[in-house]
Amino acid sequence: MRDTIILLAGQFAQMMLVLLIAPLITGIIRRVKARFMRRKGAPVWQPYVDLSKLLRKESVIAENASWLFRSAPYAVFAFAWVAAALVPSFAAGLMFNWAADVVALVALLGAGRAILALAGMDIGTSFGGIGSSREMMIATLAEPALLLVFLTLALMAGSTRLPEIAGHFISTPPTVRISLALALVAFVIVALAENARIPVDNPATHLELTMVHEAMVLEYSGRHLAMIEFAAQLKIVTYLALIACLFVPWGMAPANAGPFAWFAGLLAWASKLCLGAVLLGAWEVSIAKMRVFRLPDFLGIAFVFAFLAILMAFVTRAVL
Amino acid sequence: MIAAPAYLTPFAGLLCAIVLYAVAGVIAGVLRGGALRIVYPVAIVAALIAIACDLAALMSQGDFAHVLPIGLPGTGLRLRLDTLSAFFGLIVNIGVLAAAIYGLGLDPAHDLSGRIEPFFAIFVAAMNAVLIADDAFAFLFFWEVMSLMSWALVVANHESPENRKAGQVYLLMAAIGTAALLFAFGGLAGTAGGYSFEAMRAAAKTPLVSTLVLTAVLIGAGSKAGIAPLHAWLPLAHPAAPSHVSALMSGVMTKVAIYGLIRVVFDLLGAPVWWWALPFLLLGAATAVLGLLYAVLDGDLKRVLAYSTVENIGIIFVALGMALAFKAEGLNAAAAVALAAALLHAINHSWFKSLLFLGAGAVLHATGRRDLDGLGGLIHTMPKTAALFLAGTMSICALPPFNGFISEWLLFQSVLAGPGFPEPVLRFLSPAVGAMLALAAALAAACFVRAFGIVFLGRARSPAASAAHEAPRVQIAAMGLLAALCLFGGLFASALVALIEPLLVKFAGVALPGAGTGPTPFALVAFDPKRATYDALTIGIFLIVSGTLTTLVVHRISNRRTRRGPAWDCGFPNASPITQYSGSSFSQPLRRVYGAFAFGARDNVDMPAPGDMRAAHFSVTMRDPVWQCLHAAPARAVFGLARRLNRFQFLTIRSYLVFMFSALIVLLLVAAVWF
Repeated sequence: MRDTIILLAGQFAQMMLVLLIAPLITGIIRRVKARFMRRKGAPVWQPYVDLSKLLRKESVIAENASWLFRSAPYAVFAFAWVAAALVPSFAAGLMFNWAADVVALVALLGAGRAILALAGMDIGTSFGGIGSSREMMIATLAEPALLLVFLTLALMAGSTRLPEIAGHFISTPPTVRISLALALVAFVIVALAENARIPVDNPATHLELTMVHEAMVLEYSGRHLAMIEFAAQLKIVTYLALIACLFVPWGMAPANAGPFAWFAGLLAWASKLCLGAVLLGAWEVSIAKMRVFRLPDFLGIAFVFAFLAILMAFVTRAVL
Repeated sequence: MIAAPAYLTPFAGLLCAIVLYAVAGVIAGVLRGGALRIVYPVAIVAALIAIACDLAALMSQGDFAHVLPIGLPGTGLRLRLDTLSAFFGLIVNIGVLAAAIYGLGLDPAHDLSGRIEPFFAIFVAAMNAVLIADDAFAFLFFWEVMSLMSWALVVANHESPENRKAGQVYLLMAAIGTAALLFAFGGLAGTAGGYSFEAMRAAAKTPLVSTLVLTAVLIGAGSKAGIAPLHAWLPLAHPAAPSHVSALMSGVMTKVAIYGLIRVVFDLLGAPVWWWALPFLLLGAATAVLGLLYAVLDGDLKRVLAYSTVENIGIIFVALGMALAFKAEGLNAAAAVALAAALLHAINHSWFKSLLFLGAGAVLHATGRRDLDGLGGLIHTMPKTAALFLAGTMSICALPPFNGFISEWLLFQSVLAGPGFPEPVLRFLSPAVGAMLALAAALAAACFVRAFGIVFLGRARSPAASAAHEAPRVQIAAMGLLAALCLFGGLFASALVALIEPLLVKFAGVALPGAGTGPTPFALVAFDPKRATYDALTIGIFLIVSGTLTTLVVHRISNRRTRRGPAWDCGFPNASPITQYSGSSFSQPLRRVYGAFAFGARDNVDMPAPGDMRAAHFSVTMRDPVWQCLHAAPARAVFGLARRLNRFQFLTIRSYLVFMFSALIVLLLVAAVWF
């Protein structure tokens, strides 16, 4: 009983934690980008201010918006939040870590994407349509790659459950494995695509025909936009946390370790996330955005790498 | 408590239901007029009886066999209700129940009444009868009745030349399929000629015979299920039928074909060899991707659904192939996971595909159109249909917490057991199959976001779409029933797994490994709770709680004012609905990425030079390789040959006499040389 309560408290702490840290990570990315461009840049807490400002604004929605348009931001946020809460962060084996394995996580992320794409089509503007259409095209290439990366790691660890995978990589001595490296490259490409980052999409543009994510959410304002921006920030945290959990799991507290070990895990996790944010910022200023129809090649690399990774895992007859 | 009399078995009940269906059909067909109205109510009653009997048979794991003194002289009609028949009977009769409830809401004066009801009733009776047939004659007879009745339903609206063509192609494919099945049963019966399934099970088969039977049954049952490259008739025929019949054909009849396949390959053919799995895996994976590529590029709502049926059949084939391979290699636990994926996908697909077809029927009825580019904005005029169609969309895209994800999850778990294959071919093939499945899953999301978004969201693209009206209440109820089942199947998948446990034990040797050992009773476990768990109920509650909580908190702390204004659209909103993204513009990126490779899709842009006043033109050319190679080319050859042989029809009597005389001489010569 006491264990259950502790685990539940840990799960609750994680849910609150991802909410708290998500805007900060985005703030760090923007700040890093600004510094690299020799600009001063906004303070790292600017995203918090932006969110609260959006919440205070009235929401203007189009005349023909349906119930789907109004409820989609909350649904998208709920899916993003649950996904972020399911990835082991400071400790493995929290209350609900078992409820969804990697396959389910891909599906949860996919559900959020599908709902947002539908919301983009609701008003019936050409910008919304172009955004949804391209988002789904990118997803058809990125999602299989993501799933294959996850399956590769699952094969190596002998489990599709995230805590078990993390536990496996913590307990085995770190060695260089080709399939792991291929999987990491594929995962990073997918993460860039799914979070609408350069070179796939530019989160800072408006009014450009190549934009994807921003075009989908063009009609949103006020609290609805706040929810969508928040969900996008949570998604970045989810992907960074996944890299931290799957590829560099060291420092994570084991299940049932109790609050003190959690604190150490928390520090490790937060620093990994911040490091990821800095690297992402540096990456984004050092590369240009791609044309939309070059994306299939870029994402195709992810798919091929992920396939090679899983093929190698099969050939070497991994544990499972 | 009064003990039930001994004759009141599930089998007897099921027979009553079948007779009820058939009698209603015959009465409606003979009397017509007011008698037509009895079909759907009687079908609902019969479906409820049949569902109860199938459930009872499945849960009691009963095996009821009877020989009726009708049928071929001297042999009688062998019928048997075992767990496999009962499970597929459940699929059939739940589909029939929904379709019949939907049928109550059809307008008898307009909806081709009289050309649907009698055939509908006999069609469902025949499907039920196929499932309980226990000899080759009964199976083929009822299979043929099923095919013919569904053909009659396909050409119910025969004024349209498209439907007539669909009927012709369907009839041809059904005939080829039945012939192949006849051949398969012939091979199974062997030289002893025992046509009962029991004799076939016992008969010894040489590897050659097994190969031939496998090929024949893949052609026979596979073509009915819609496996590529024998799928071409399906997207023509299924959409041509009235929508509730489309739901039955796509959702249910394809499962009867899957039943035939499982019955022959898993039951009658004996112990499997590993390479039997190859055609299942290769054809299934190719079908899954190809079916969706067709679906995502098509512009007709019902045809999109039919192509997606082809895809789902591909997924079931892959799952069956994995189950066969694991079973052949002695990996029973993995075989159970794969077989559970196949069976659950069969029942899940029957629910969400029926739901989507009924929704498409409601749209067709309300607007008279099923082309994507003539619809739009129906979420405003048909809010309930839109919400239920959305549930079907979520299910078919395999999004949690709906049911489509359950079978996909199980299938990926079974793929992950692939490194256990001793056979290197299978070990290499399973990640490739997994990659194809992942691609199909992602394409399915794109396909159905497009279908739902274009039809229900945005602004109406035609006057018919803006004047749409909500479907009648009974039809909403029929769709609601299926949507509830989709959600139930997603949240309480462990209940369904418990239901199919006897089947897994029978055909894979063990129950689903790890079932019931999860952290909660509703968690789905594959192999081992440490290896793979998924608990849709927890996730669902988690989602609802966090969604509700967020909404409440945001409404509390935010500025709650909402103003309606014109669409923003970057400052240049265009009043014309034509400027919206259409179905073909939505799929344009996918067409460029995948279509160029699969269908040789080319965008032809004819842009006049500056100053030139003629209109610009844009067209897309695509070719369907399967149709061209497998259907158009043989048809051309047959017609060409026929035209040449046609000359022999108009000769004089003298020439015919010469032909006969020379034929006789040649025959005699051959006979003389031969003996």
